[in-house]
Amino acid sequence: MPFEEPFQHPEGIEKLLAHIAALSERTGPMRLMEVCGTHTMAIAKAGLKSLLPKTVRLLSGPGCPVCVTPSGDLDAVFALSERPHVLLASYGDLLRVPGSKRGTSLLRQRALGAKVAVVYSPMDALALAQKTPQCEVVFLGVGFETTAPGTAACILEAAEKKVPNFSVLCLLKRTEPALRALIASPDFAVDGFLCPGHVAAILGAEAFRFLPEEYGLPAVVSGFTPGDLVYSISLLVEQCAEKRPALSNTYTRVVRDAGNPAAKAMMDAVLTPCTSTWRGLGEIAGGGFAIREAYAAYDAAKKFGFSPAPAADPPGCRCSHVIRGAAAPEDCPLFGKACTPADPVGPCMVSSEGACAAAWRYRAG
Amino acid sequence: MDEIITLDYGSGGLRTAQLIEEILVPAFRNPALEVLGDGAVLPKPESALVFSTDSFVVTPWKFPGGDIGKLAVCGTVNDVCMAGGKPLYLSLSCILEEGFCMEDFREIVASIARTAKAVGVQVVTGDTKVVERGHGDGIYLNTAGIGVLRAPGLSKDAIRPGDAVLVSGSVGCHGAAVLFARGEIPFAGSLSSDCQPLQELSAAALDAGGVRVLRDPTRGGVATTLSEFVEHSALSIELDETAIPVDPQVEAACALLGLDPLYSACEGRMLAVTAPETAEAVLQAMRRTPGGEGAVCIGRVTQSHPGHVVLRTAAGGSRLLGKLSGAQLPRIC
Repeated sequence: MPFEEPFQHPEGIEKLLAHIAALSERTGPMRLMEVCGTHTMAIAKAGLKSLLPKTVRLLSGPGCPVCVTPSGDLDAVFALSERPHVLLASYGDLLRVPGSKRGTSLLRQRALGAKVAVVYSPMDALALAQKTPQCEVVFLGVGFETTAPGTAACILEAAEKKVPNFSVLCLLKRTEPALRALIASPDFAVDGFLCPGHVAAILGAEAFRFLPEEYGLPAVVSGFTPGDLVYSISLLVEQCAEKRPALSNTYTRVVRDAGNPAAKAMMDAVLTPCTSTWRGLGEIAGGGFAIREAYAAYDAAKKFGFSPAPAADPPGCRCSHVIRGAAAPEDCPLFGKACTPADPVGPCMVSSEGACAAAWRYRAG
Repeated sequence: MDEIITLDYGSGGLRTAQLIEEILVPAFRNPALEVLGDGAVLPKPESALVFSTDSFVVTPWKFPGGDIGKLAVCGTVNDVCMAGGKPLYLSLSCILEEGFCMEDFREIVASIARTAKAVGVQVVTGDTKVVERGHGDGIYLNTAGIGVLRAPGLSKDAIRPGDAVLVSGSVGCHGAAVLFARGEIPFAGSLSSDCQPLQELSAAALDAGGVRVLRDPTRGGVATTLSEFVEHSALSIELDETAIPVDPQVEAACALLGLDPLYSACEGRMLAVTAPETAEAVLQAMRRTPGGEGAVCIGRVTQSHPGHVVLRTAAGGSRLLGKLSGAQLPRIC
């Protein structure tokens, strides 16, 4: 983005890298986790891993919304697409993601005759519903607190305009409970978090204060340019070196401490926390959003009786480990062999924010 | 003439004849076509032939910087040029959907005629079919092109370590322009396709000498085309991200949608790999030619990562560029 230009190639990036290298000699090996798929992609795209000392390892956490959606949910979405008159409206990201059975995807469902449309926002899906009254348009609400306000705004608009053939399948996830579950998992080994700038733009930087205060883990809210990322990583390394975990916000041009109150109010009005299953983390109390009873008419889960069965991940797939940062994409025996973006086994290889897709698309040169 | 295309226009009978005689022949007028035989009889060529074909299904059919007609000429002409040919003749097949607006069809035919004239190729044979409403998307075109070979031996197998990689201008404009022309995304800007014929640009580059291979990076973009140059070989291509020209509007549009300009299609750009000693001369020749003013060197052929394209990023890191997997965006050409 042009307005991001000054942060793309800031002077002094070499100095920061030298600073990181010097500090890391004192700290020894360090594992830092980004919990945002856009960070994962930005890091890979800029080739940052090739610039950091070997002792500073960047891991991808559960930050790709499509990847953390469990196989069972996807199977149930495919089944929903087969209902007569149902038109699924989805972000393009979800189209290639396989379910529990290899080769299944919404793209395949569409080729077989299902009505699947790609939309860029939930409002596009609502407009589609108004344009095609003969169809039941179901928007697939996938994402974190970043996309939740937009989804909520759309439900409010649908209610105001009384659009009877529109509903939302709410698969939205909440970040904080998942981070807590991740930290509590037995294989957790992370020294600091690069916190998601877009989620923080909604919730506020303060939403991540629990990381240093309750768990003693350094946390830096970061933007997405190489300049943002290197600066944020340098702060994390400093905090680790000085054993002084704190919350920092380097994305102040977008993220305020208290976030976006209007967006939060909209989210609260329409959505309520619920228990939700995450791939790799299992069932998490408060880990997702459900649509409030007052808007039940726009809840596709209620309208169509959506009840996903638990499904095992595809055989051999290590996406569940990759999502927890317990395995790197390259550790998976299927990576780049049986599993490629053109023929994916697990979601991390095919989502545009998936850790495996990033590792494959932007292999270190 | 009706104001819309009906099935009768594809019947092979009177209406078809009307379409040919009132719209197509007057637009393309040339002796080989006007005989209206089952095929065109062409004079004996002076050298080996280059032959290529391409189909066009772009939606919407009109976009800033071009339309399906201009694209149908440029697409095939450019393929002939990239193979080292001088394009001479085109065939044109139209598949029309019942209900397509006759005025739009006239506009497309005029665009084909205009572009063909500018390139110096003749449309010498063709065909028209009409499909029932709902069985097509307005209009599909196919063109095939014949040219005479002017530069034998162009091949990725001719690439050598130390060669220079040149691009004729900013990359990814066509893919981004078509996406925004669909009007599905509110985006205030004036993105325009780079759709243009490359016959002069390719001729200028070839005349300057030392060209190993030419290619227009259409679907899959610059990254995919360059990957194809070196895959399964002992060579690699090292690109300098800061040297690759990307229009700020294309960059912003791609950033908004999570697309990568390096994988976004061009329809009027040329990639040239040249011997190091003639690189500067080829570059200057391209810059002197309309459509090549923005030509730059974006990388070198090396042996550092056999079979791969390596991008030196603006941040100072490096990563491999693979081929595009799946469609970044369907129906752009």
